[in-house]
Amino acid sequence: MSGSQTSAAIVVQGLSKRYASVTAVDSVSFSVPRGAVCGLLGGNGAGKTTTLAMLLGLLLPSAGNISILGEDMVRHRYRVLARLGFTSPYVDLPQRLTVLQNLTVYARLYGVRERRQRIKTLAQDFDLVDFLRRPYGALSSGQKTRVSLAKALLPEPEVLLMDEPTASLDPDTADRVRTYLVDYQRRTGATVLLASHNMLEVERLCQQVLMLKQGRLVDEGSPQELLRRHGRETLEQVFLDIARQADTDADAEAVTA
Amino acid sequence: MNMAARVYAMVLRYLYLMRSSWPRLVELAYWPTMQMILWGFLNQFLVEQSDWVAQAAGMFIAAVLLWDVLFRAQLGVSLVFFEEMYSRNLGYLFVSPLRPYELVSALLLISCLRTLIGVGTAALLAIVFYHYSIFDMGLALLAFFVNLMVMGWAIGLVVVAMTLRFGLGAEGLAWAVIFAVAPVSGVYYPIATLPEWLQSVAWALPASHVFEGMREVLIHGVFSSSMFMHAVLLNVLYLAMGGGLFMVAFRAARQRGLLLHVGE
Repeated sequence: MSGSQTSAAIVVQGLSKRYASVTAVDSVSFSVPRGAVCGLLGGNGAGKTTTLAMLLGLLLPSAGNISILGEDMVRHRYRVLARLGFTSPYVDLPQRLTVLQNLTVYARLYGVRERRQRIKTLAQDFDLVDFLRRPYGALSSGQKTRVSLAKALLPEPEVLLMDEPTASLDPDTADRVRTYLVDYQRRTGATVLLASHNMLEVERLCQQVLMLKQGRLVDEGSPQELLRRHGRETLEQVFLDIARQADTDADAEAVTA
Repeated sequence: MNMAARVYAMVLRYLYLMRSSWPRLVELAYWPTMQMILWGFLNQFLVEQSDWVAQAAGMFIAAVLLWDVLFRAQLGVSLVFFEEMYSRNLGYLFVSPLRPYELVSALLLISCLRTLIGVGTAALLAIVFYHYSIFDMGLALLAFFVNLMVMGWAIGLVVVAMTLRFGLGAEGLAWAVIFAVAPVSGVYYPIATLPEWLQSVAWALPASHVFEGMREVLIHGVFSSSMFMHAVLLNVLYLAMGGGLFMVAFRAARQRGLLLHVGE
């Protein structure tokens, strides 16, 4: 491992996931420096969620190595899980428990000190105070997303992995959440890796962008580098270039065949 | 942060769930009580008709209460785990510092509590309705209770492993498996009643040793240490197998990505 990699919070080398004949992630390598906010971009089925699941140890890789905060996540994930936060629209919290009960259970699981104060602070930060006594299942999808974010931030994680963190939020709430994440990152120096389809969000938050297509890492760099390289003005245009390049290639192959 | 704190967090999570719905709490005691009432009347009838039953008043009531220990202990593990699957919560649980064996420990503890509430209520009501106290068995009752509970846990872990491996389509196993075990456990009749080839199957189950031991206590007033030890040894084996199967299924779920996508 090189010197630059040891100072990285996340180091991924040759990561692959195969299901029978399908390759969901194909030899992906990247590193995210400590304190950076990195965006993981790609169309549906590009391998973003699969990559995040492997980083967390929810999914075992077919090949490759993952190191987070210097720990091998395949062999020693429990040494580091208490320092990670995760939120995803594909996972949920118990519906019948109230918001307060859910946060209390997770605060205990993460060994959060001054649990009540931490929950109170996060409830204020995410505008959840009025919902604390309500069953989680009775909340709107936007409210649930905020609870999941609060859950992810309970242990004040050093690394935050987020799958579409603002997907179901209205523009006002989404903007406030982004502002909170920027403040949190600056205050704690946390490393953030977020998968998103929202290009404006990525442009605003991320210093580094990873572009996935059909399970492969096809481009990476800062948003400015990507814009310059592709000769575009927005990340959305870059995203469309890459996505449609795949279609053009496929059409060309079909014609040749 | 230690293991006990995380196990307690999960137990708390299941206590919150129990508290959130009084019909669920009532249901815990309802079925064991209904079973006890039904077999209580049958017991009263058969005491007058059968010399064998007349040897020990309340034999069927004791049998049905102890059978419910096994049944409720199994359901206490499997149904509670299904809650995590219904709520699609496994992905968050297993990116927290919670270890799989800590989740299992919490499931076993909450299963014990649910069984005590359910069967304990029925046992107390048996005193009221039939003037029969299973507690008269003394320490033997504790030995029977623990053995049946551990066997219920082992079966529950197998059901959980199957559900983790094959998805919620396999949840019916929670009911099916226990009813497959019932005929060969000698709950209401001696193992000698079974065909010879089935008797060897029966003796491979801890429950058979417990129910034969129960009849020894009720009819002859003797606690069979041999039956007890057989049950204990078999339970150690079955619990290890249940735990092992759970870990194999958990690893398979991590290989197939089921922890992230499992749900209704």
